[in-house]
Amino acid sequence: MKDQLDYLKWRVGAGRLSRREFLGRASALGLSAFAANTMLADAVRAAGAQKGGTMIVGLQGGSSSDSLDPALATNQVALSAIRLWGESLVELAPDGSVEGKVAESFESSPDAKVWTFKIRSGIQFSNGKDVTAEDVVETMDRHSGEDTKSGALGIMRGISSVKAEGDTVIFELETPNADLPYLLADYHLIIQPGGGKDDPAAAIGTGPYIIKSAEMGVRIVAEKNPNYWGDLGNAETIEIVVINDNTARVAALQSGQVHMIDRVPPRTAGLVARAPGVNVYSTKGPGHYVFIAHCNTAPFDNNDVRLALKYGINRQEMVDKILFGYGSIGNDTPINASYPYFTEIEQREYDPDKAKFHFDKSGYDGSILLRTSDNSFPGAPDAAALYQQSLAAAGINMEIKREPNDGYWSEVWNVQPFCTSYWGGRPTQDQMYTTAYLSSADWNDTKFKNEQFDQLLIAARGELDDAKRKQMYADMGNILHNEGGLICPMFNDFIDATTDKIAGWEEGVAGYALMNSYAPLKMWVVA
Amino acid sequence: MRIPLAALIGLILTAIYFLAAIFAPLIAPYGVAEVVGQVWEPSSADYLLGTDNIGRDLLSRMIYGGRTTIFIATAATILSFTTGAILGFLATVLGGWWDQLMSRFVDLLMSIPTLIFALVVLSVMPVTVPVLILVMGFLDSTRVYRLARAVAVDINVMDYVEAARLRGEGNRWVIFREILPNALSPLVAEMGMRFIFMVLFVSTLSFLGLGVQPPGADWGGIVKENADGIVYGIGAALYPAVAIATLAISVNLVADWVLNRTTSLKGGRG
Amino acid sequence: MPTLVKLLAQRIALGLLLLFLVSILIFAGTNILPGDVAQSILGQSATPEALANLRKELGLNDPVVTRYFSWLGGALHGDLGTALTSRLDIATEIGRRLGNTLFLAFWAAVIAVPLAIFLGLLAVRYRDRWPDKVISAFTLASISVPEFLIGYLLMFFIGVKLRWFPSTAISYRPDADLFTRLESIALPVAVLTFVVLAHMMRMTRAAILNVMQSAYIETAELKGLRMFTIIWRHAFPNSIAPIVNVVMLNLAYLVVGVVVIEVVFVYPGMGQYLVDHVSKRDVPVVQACGLIFAAVYIGMNLIADVVSILANPRLRHPK
Repeated sequence: MKDQLDYLKWRVGAGRLSRREFLGRASALGLSAFAANTMLADAVRAAGAQKGGTMIVGLQGGSSSDSLDPALATNQVALSAIRLWGESLVELAPDGSVEGKVAESFESSPDAKVWTFKIRSGIQFSNGKDVTAEDVVETMDRHSGEDTKSGALGIMRGISSVKAEGDTVIFELETPNADLPYLLADYHLIIQPGGGKDDPAAAIGTGPYIIKSAEMGVRIVAEKNPNYWGDLGNAETIEIVVINDNTARVAALQSGQVHMIDRVPPRTAGLVARAPGVNVYSTKGPGHYVFIAHCNTAPFDNNDVRLALKYGINRQEMVDKILFGYGSIGNDTPINASYPYFTEIEQREYDPDKAKFHFDKSGYDGSILLRTSDNSFPGAPDAAALYQQSLAAAGINMEIKREPNDGYWSEVWNVQPFCTSYWGGRPTQDQMYTTAYLSSADWNDTKFKNEQFDQLLIAARGELDDAKRKQMYADMGNILHNEGGLICPMFNDFIDATTDKIAGWEEGVAGYALMNSYAPLKMWVVA
Repeated sequence: MRIPLAALIGLILTAIYFLAAIFAPLIAPYGVAEVVGQVWEPSSADYLLGTDNIGRDLLSRMIYGGRTTIFIATAATILSFTTGAILGFLATVLGGWWDQLMSRFVDLLMSIPTLIFALVVLSVMPVTVPVLILVMGFLDSTRVYRLARAVAVDINVMDYVEAARLRGEGNRWVIFREILPNALSPLVAEMGMRFIFMVLFVSTLSFLGLGVQPPGADWGGIVKENADGIVYGIGAALYPAVAIATLAISVNLVADWVLNRTTSLKGGRG
Repeated sequence: MPTLVKLLAQRIALGLLLLFLVSILIFAGTNILPGDVAQSILGQSATPEALANLRKELGLNDPVVTRYFSWLGGALHGDLGTALTSRLDIATEIGRRLGNTLFLAFWAAVIAVPLAIFLGLLAVRYRDRWPDKVISAFTLASISVPEFLIGYLLMFFIGVKLRWFPSTAISYRPDADLFTRLESIALPVAVLTFVVLAHMMRMTRAAILNVMQSAYIETAELKGLRMFTIIWRHAFPNSIAPIVNVVMLNLAYLVVGVVVIEVVFVYPGMGQYLVDHVSKRDVPVVQACGLIFAAVYIGMNLIADVVSILANPRLRHPK
């Protein structure tokens, strides 16, 4: 049997056997699926990455109104393009830790208030200029200046000063924050020459590729950067094609027009996986689909109404019918096992009797109006219809209003008291809670204001004792679970797919789409 | 009067669709929003057409969906035809400045992209079914107007119209007794088309977040909800598409028959 | 024929006047659109500071009238301004997109228009016999199925299963050779043909039938001419007005109304460009697209009117 396995491993490594075929034959030899998967990864890695070739990536989310300016990046296409040409000081590693990119190393003062980042020596921008500490300072300045439009401004606000000192950059914080490196791993904070102040959309950075042509909303073509300092990047040319229609994206993959796609619709993922020559990968992550109620608006200001809504949702049914099993049930907090300090809370189950009990107790007897739209998350109107039915079983009447996709994020989300939405998640609890659940947060989309919660959050930032910190986050989770306006039925998996013309997929601990958007760089075209 | 077979089939099918729409709550086996089974179950004794993308009975949804679709499309078509045709004829018989004024105004309306037009109009008006019908009918009447005018202009210079005018007949006579009967065939053919466009337009409105509110449905919407499955052999999207197509064909069969009758009315060689 | 020249000049002048009026309407309309430009540009992940800064930078504080005339002045010189979102020159972008759109529309029209008219003539020739019925049923069915569904079906059966043509148009590049470009748009052209065929074919049939009862047709028939010759030589020219009107409507649709096909087949045309910018409230782009679409419509309608007049001797020589 061993010979046979070795032979199979060789065939996979050489690209002569697809992943599925390998798994099928390995299990026929009596191997467990887990062992086969591990062996497969080994086999592929042992064969080694092949250099060269053109990789074509079909992604959802691009628009002709996009810009290459990293400060304005909001979608998967923009993020994937940034990964090609640029780098932050540090980036998130597959195991969930932070690894140095433009910064070679970093350290903090014992109280986590002052952080020092050492710039990697001898690296250049793609325009040939050396990277200096001043470039980093200017970049941080561009994202935090009074007149910035950067999506990273919220991150920059806790930083009181950024100074260059020789080949190091020193960040001083207003309050201690043990998570600063995670914050600086943000994809908006790409180091650009002179901070990118002259031409923010020039796409000049230290990344492994150089943008050759970019037609926004259509395609971006990049070629290998011959002077790149690291060993990232296998294909000679990477082409990102924007394919927003779900069916078209899958069809382009199946017919071999592209090698890799993101966002396979969960409903058809199982069927896509059955197609020959196609591999589907699902990755657990922190993203979640939510129903959000404003805690300061009647009737949702009554915690019994919120509890009734929480008991009246059938989470498993949503995971089955909206995510088709490509996800896991939520528990009315935005945190799941993909966060470092996660503590399990007892799962709240669908219980029409309890929902009815709390609803009656609240004294409110009107109907509930839920606003939704197709773009608030995939399948949102369907999820709303399911919710309506499960609430009806508890005698609660919910009306659904479908809002236009157009303008949903400005007119409905964070404005109307009860609507559907999604969160992509953040790398740490602190960031997630600070973004959306701190009383003063701009995006506090449930209008949740709890003094105890706020105090715990600030205290946890500076807490360097892991056990204590974990307990603090557990307490905060409980507060949200019992009192918050967040009704979180499900965490969605990221579902990506490739053809068997490319290889090298790695499962990561820190789950995001497309190996945290590194898949085009880390995978390779099988010759 | 003998009705040809094709027209008979058309009439019967159209009648069935309209009746099903009217008596939907009596016929449908389940509620329109009721989740009764698993996702995309094949057809069975319990669910004649199977279930939809979240496990609702497809037949029931189709019956309720037909109600919305047929009602809105019929009302909007009638509206657009009456306004469009009458104004088109009027422009022809009045001629001169009136004609120029009305025609260029219609050109003006037509030349504004529908997407922008709909966004602007519906942002200043409440979105209710009557408003929806008015907007759809009004927008569409511009297309009918152009056709009606083009046909009428040809007829208006015919000798018999001149004769009628010399007889001292007024505009009303000319429009209804001379132009209308002679312009009926292209107009009726157009009406059949317009009806289909309306059916499809209702479903595209959900793009603008208008149209039918979930969990309600219209046929185009049901096609869209289930379209993901079509390429993997899950036919749920085909049923509503077939429903639209058969409705379209039957309405047009009836239109063809009316067209035949009107051409023979003109007293040719029949 | 001086009257004809005068007529033409009159119509073109009117068309230009119309375009001017449309430009006012579009400008006014886009200025009362609800929704915040800044929020739409930055999306859900926008902080209030970023929003405030962007709003200031977009500088929409000048009076509307001033902005209208500076915009119109620019447009007349071919300067359509810069997109608020991507900071790219609109005229360049639109030029590229419009070229793509016209390429697709042209090939769809080249196939659909003659085919529709031919099928229409055929239907009249074999009126009430089986070819007529088959053509009727087929075209009606093809028009009543939503276009994205036809698109998906062709994409999967022809693109993925049979691999006759590329499933999407992502390999389309404006600078590629003609064969590659044609191959990449084969499926979208097929769908568009299905979509516009029925309307034109049915109008051709109805309009010709309408004149088939006339005395001159009977005369021609008594002369012993072949049925097809009668239809082509005598009936068709006399029913040209409604046909041209419907053909022009459909041609205009091919240029301005094919967003769904562009999205499904990933074709970089004008429709997608407009929709992207409408949803981001990028007003200068919306105005520019609106103006171009309006010009297309006005131009098509103008042609339809002129052809109708030319085709009818009585209109050509008013008494």
